Parts: sequence; C-alpha cells; structure tokens
Amino acid sequence: MSQTFNVAVEVSLREGIADPEGLTIERALPALGFSGVSGVRVGKSLRFVVEAPDEDEARQQVESMCERFLANPVIEDVEIAISGAS
Amino acid sequence: MTAKVGVVVFPGSNCEHDVVEAVDSIGGSGELLWHKDNHLSDVDAVVLPGGFAHGDYLRTGAMARFSPIMEAVCRFAHDGGPVVGICNGFQILTESQLLPGALYKNRGLKFLCQPTTLRVESTSSVLTRGLSQGDELIVPINHFEGNYICSEATLAVLREKSQIVLTYTDNPNGATADIAGICNENGNVVGLMPHPERAAHPLLGSTDGALLLKGLISDD
Repeated sequence: MSQTFNVAVEVSLREGIADPEGLTIERALPALGFSGVSGVRVGKSLRFVVEAPDEDEARQQVESMCERFLANPVIEDVEIAISGAS
Repeated sequence: MTAKVGVVVFPGSNCEHDVVEAVDSIGGSGELLWHKDNHLSDVDAVVLPGGFAHGDYLRTGAMARFSPIMEAVCRFAHDGGPVVGICNGFQILTESQLLPGALYKNRGLKFLCQPTTLRVESTSSVLTRGLSQGDELIVPINHFEGNYICSEATLAVLREKSQIVLTYTDNPNGATADIAGICNENGNVVGLMPHPERAAHPLLGSTDGALLLKGLISDD
C-alpha cells in the first residue's frame, strides 16, 4: 500500500562556487544595521508530495529526480527532507 | 548544394529569425524547426538559438532539454552532425550533457549587452575551422547567466583536447579561464555565449560573426 510523504528539497550552490547574489545581500545588511552577518548563500526550495510504498522508496525517487532534473550537479548541492506519511 | 541549417524554436526562443537571416546572408539556407517535432527533417546542421526557452524555469536550459526534438538533436550530434548552441542554446547543450560544465549568473550580477572581443583558441570546431588560432573577432553578448563554470578536472580535459574554442580578451562575466565558447571532443558540437548572428552584417557594426557561421555551411 502506498503512503504519502511531504518532501522539501533545498537546492544550493556547491561550496567553493562564488555566489554573487549571496554576496550582494551580505553587503547590504550592514546598511540596515545588521552587522556581523557572514556566509550568506542563496538557493531555492522545492516542496512537493510523493506517493511511495515506504520512506526509503520515496527518498530514492527524490534523489533520482534531483540528480536528473531538479538540480544541476555541476554547480548545485541538494538537501532532502522527508516528513512522515500523512 | 546549399547547406540547410535547422534553427530550433522553443517557446521563449527569441533569436531564431536573426540566425536564419544570418545563415541565408552567407549562402546557406536557414529553416525553423519546432521543438515538439521529433525529427530534424534533412538539415545539414542544427542551431539552438538564444532566448529564454521554456521561460528558463528551474534553471536555464533545464526544461528545454526535455523538448521532444532534443532526442533527435542528441542523436544527430552523436552521429557527428554539426550542432551549435548560442547563448541560451549553449545553456541547453550543457543541461543536455552534450557539453560539459554549466553557465551561472554573471559575476557582478548585471545583465550584459555589449560587444566583446573574442580570441580564437581552437580551429578544430565546426565554427572556427575557417579561422586561425589567435584571430580576434568582435561579437556581442547578451546574457545574465554566461559565467562558465566547470570542475578543475573538466577544465584540464578541455585544455588538453583543445575544446576551448573562444575566449574573451576582457572577461565580462567571470567565466572560468575567460571561456566564451567550447566544443565537444570531436568539435561538431559547439556552445558559445556571444551571438554571431548579431555580427553578421555591416549595419550591425561587425561582420565577424559571419566568419564563425560560415563554418556551419562549409563543405568540409
């Protein structure tokens, strides 16, 4: 029997790749009085629902879609969070 | 015989007519191909033109790669057919893994629309086979995501196999190793950020782009 899983995928630039957007935001923060902020990185987040027999299967499916489509492994890393069946 | 150059139209492409016009003006015959077709009819070369295919949703080129015609383009490329991706077309070629690396946002986060000076680094590609190494060409760029990125291992391979086709003399976008265009190992698949079709008539300020496009319609 298949279950439904909530999936959150965070796509971010791989470490070591310059993030001009993050850098621009970081430089703007002191103007608003927020000093001491560093390491700003900009990414995107995808939310969706997956049907699968179990969580392992759901994770495998999501990993495969990230690899083939949702992220570009040349420049991006992904973090996958799957929360319980509902 | 006049060489037929198929120019693929994706939803959001916007340079296809310029490419057809430029190809026609140098003695070829440009023909528009629709992205939903699953064949290339009988063209001698394929161009993926600039624009914003499928709105550049997710990533530039990420959706276009799944357009039905891309299977035929990949087969044509693997069989040695000349395939050139210009700007957004270059992004589509990297997403399709016909070329290595990726294109990311310009250093400085500015949309760049300006003439650039390019240096011919390799003459083993279909676009540069009529030119000499070291030739300088003036061709405009028009992009937000033209910053070429690849791993050090990939860069070493590109260098070793003369796959770096064109470099900028004054790097405008932060591209790795000043790369403006690369080709695959066989030289039949080329991707470049500058727009040769926009430098193919004296009225456009440069005809250097025509020198590149001529490679597509030559008999070699």
